[in-house]
Parts: sequence; C-alpha cells; structure tokens
Amino acid sequence: MILAKTGNEALAYAMKQINPDVVAAYPITPSTEIVQLFSNYVADGEVDTEFVPVESEHSAMTACIGAAACGRRVMTATASQGLALMHEMLFIAAGLRLPIVMAVASRSLSSPLNIHGDHSDSVASRDSGWLQFFCETVQEGYDALIMAVKIAERAYLPAIVAIDGFILSHCQERIETLEDGAVREFLGQPRPNYNLLDWRNPILVGPATLQDYYFEFKRSEIEGMNRVLPVIEEVQQEFGQKFGRYYPVLEEYRCEDAEAVLVVMGSACGTCRVAVDQLRAQGKKVGLAKLRVFRPLVHAILKKSLARFRRIGVMDRVDAVNSYGGPLFTEITSVLYDLPERPAVFSYVYGLGGREFTPEDARMVYEQVLSGKKDELVTYVGVR
Amino acid sequence: MARKLKGWQELPCGAIITDMQAVKENKTGAWRSQRPVWSREKCRQCLMCWIYCPDSAIMIQDGKVVGIDYDYCKGCGNCASICPAKAIEMEKEKK
Repeated sequence: MILAKTGNEALAYAMKQINPDVVAAYPITPSTEIVQLFSNYVADGEVDTEFVPVESEHSAMTACIGAAACGRRVMTATASQGLALMHEMLFIAAGLRLPIVMAVASRSLSSPLNIHGDHSDSVASRDSGWLQFFCETVQEGYDALIMAVKIAERAYLPAIVAIDGFILSHCQERIETLEDGAVREFLGQPRPNYNLLDWRNPILVGPATLQDYYFEFKRSEIEGMNRVLPVIEEVQQEFGQKFGRYYPVLEEYRCEDAEAVLVVMGSACGTCRVAVDQLRAQGKKVGLAKLRVFRPLVHAILKKSLARFRRIGVMDRVDAVNSYGGPLFTEITSVLYDLPERPAVFSYVYGLGGREFTPEDARMVYEQVLSGKKDELVTYVGVR
Repeated sequence: MARKLKGWQELPCGAIITDMQAVKENKTGAWRSQRPVWSREKCRQCLMCWIYCPDSAIMIQDGKVVGIDYDYCKGCGNCASICPAKAIEMEKEKK
C-alpha cells in the first residue's frame, strides 16, 4: 500500500506490523510520536503488545532488558538526552546479547538545549555494542526497522535504527508499505537463547564476572559484532528478493570515475545526490558513498570501495570534540591507513543542531575536495 | 581452589549462567559490618525474614527458619527490621 507518512508515523506503523511483545518507552522529542502513535495501536487492540509507560528512559531500557531476557520481542524509541540517559543500560543490553530494537530520531545533545536533528546522540552510543543503521529517507527507515528486528534476533545483538530528527521524523514522504501478514511472515517467531521465566531451567542473568571472566565475555561479545555483517547482508538480500527493495551497507552513487567522493550518513545523502547530479551536469567527476551501517564498521567494504579514489571528504553530523577530525572521519582514515597509497581524506562537520545543509553547501564541499586544498583539519560547514 | 578457567570461545552467549554453583562459589558475607543474630526462642516462624532477605541468607529446613548463612549475609539488616517478634538483632561484626 502506498501511504503518505512522516518518519515517526512510518516507524510507528512498522512497529504495529512487527507487533512486538513488549514496548517500554518514555517520550522525548523528536521521537515522541513513534511511541505515542504506537500506544494508539495498543489502545485500539491492533497489537498484542504489553506497553510499559515508564518514568524515564533509563527505566525504559531497563524494562526492555528484563522483557528481552524473558525471550520476548522488544522495542522502544528515543532520542538525544533520552538515549544518553539509557547509556548505562545500552551496554548491559549488548553484553547480555539481547536483540532489542530501538528507533532513534537522532537529535543534538544539550547543552545548549536544542531539539533538532544531528547525530550526536546515536554516534555517542557507538561503543555500546549496538548495531547502528542510519537512514536516508522515510521509506528506508520503515524498511530498516523491519529488517533490524530480524538481524538483531539472528545475531543476538541490539540494534538502533536512526532517522534524522525533524528532517525525517516530521516530514511527510510517499512510502510503500508492506502487508501486515508479509511482515509477520518475514520476521517469523523470535528464537531466544534462553527465557528467564522458564523455572524448569533456572538461569542467572547478569552475573558478576571479575578479573577471571569479564575480559573473555567482552571478547566473545566483540566477536558477535565482528561476525554480524554476513547476517545483515543475508537479511537485506532476503528483504530485497521478497519486497523488491535492496539496500547495500555502502551504496556508491555515480562513483565510477569519480575524482572526489563524499562519505555521508543519513538524510544528507539525498542532499548530496542532488549536488552530485548538478556537478556531473557541469562535467565534474564527483560521487557519493552512502554509509548505511555505522556499527558494525564495515572495514573491508569501506577499504575496497574507497581505496580507488584520490580525494575523499567525510561528512560528520556530529563533532568528536577535540578529536583529530569528526568521528566517522577518524574511522575512515584508520580503515585506509595501511593502504600503500592513501587517498587524501578531508573532515567536514555539518548540520549540528538542525543547521540547514543545502545542495549549495554540498557543492561547496565537493569543490573544496576536488581542489585538494584545505586550510584546517576540520571544516565546519555553514558556521558563522 | 584451583579450577580450570574457560577460554572466550567456550563461554555462553550473553554471560548466562546455567550452573547455579557459580553463585555458591562466590561468597559475599565478608562485606558485612553488622551481623544479624537469630533467636530460636523468640522466633514465631512467620518467614518474613526469608521473604525480605535479598541474599537468600536465611537458612530454611522443612519450612522453618534454622539460622543465618553468614557466608552470604551482607548485613543489610532487612530481616531484623521486618521481624515482628524481634527475634533478630543486629550486632557489630567482630574483627
């Protein structure tokens, strides 16, 4: 069915079709609507979900962890300070290998207070052991949320699906939705490792592991992340074959003979596509590498793709304060470090706190990358 | 106590413990600065202490309280404060 939906509406609709067993959430802009709309589905009896309205995001994630440890399919949504308040529990969800799926309407972090979109919240959670998917469009957010449930449950890892706050969360787009039955059939039943409520087989969840075992458990968790890429590709292939929409983890747009390529995550990919088309029309060889999957970091794919280019700009919608470039920039440069001939890589930070990022800005960045000249380590696009 | 430690590839996904012996091995009673002392004479066997003990340190036999397991009791005093018969008193832990 073709529908007009905002990002929040689309994710709430996907959640309805997923029909999770438990949703525990606390409202926070710009993700509030996702759970607000979903609670309508609960109230109207359209889903079987046990809805837990908690008193904070910390409790929301805690309730999700408890429910997921009981082998249930569990989801939540949050943003910004809410995600920051969950921070402690994010590590616990990942360490317990619980496949919780969380929609994040990415937003800046205070202070100063700002409710608009950037990647400060999601990227700040990157080392928590959660999978992270960044979406370009509302359609992609809808599809990614459904796929994330399957990926998370196959890999026993929690997953964040991030749509840019307000830019996607509150803007309406035309989306092609799936049938309820098709979503249910695609996802099947969860296959939990264990169930905390199975009193015939008592288990202990969340033990203390001191110097003797903590390192080994972390090593095993890291391996879970190291091995997840084939699972992601498998689920995406399956989704593509069934529903005709396939999203590669790294999509190259007009990159064949490109002399300058930008690596971008999230909704700015669309802006950069426009700039690429405009510059290509002027005969300038530019391309876009859209990175959908931020965690796991797809080293091999990034290396193979980016090694062919001479000049690369990396776009971060968040700053890693006082680091050697934006967060994605430092990851891309370390991926490319051991190449015999390294491309020149430039760091751009843009769009903080919802600052507009226009095709004109993108063209300016492309021109600068093409010229190969940079004055500063990081260029802050559009800052006065 | 010498036991062979497992390598990371031998561990259960998500650190789930199915062998409850692991908890028994990890004695936590040494945290205590106060110890509950139970009086058999005053005890009415209402089992409130058993319900409220966060460490399962109230020893039960045949449905009756028979004492306190000091290997695991952390000395929180919940049992003493909940006991309606004042059969449990907190005493300073001896060095």
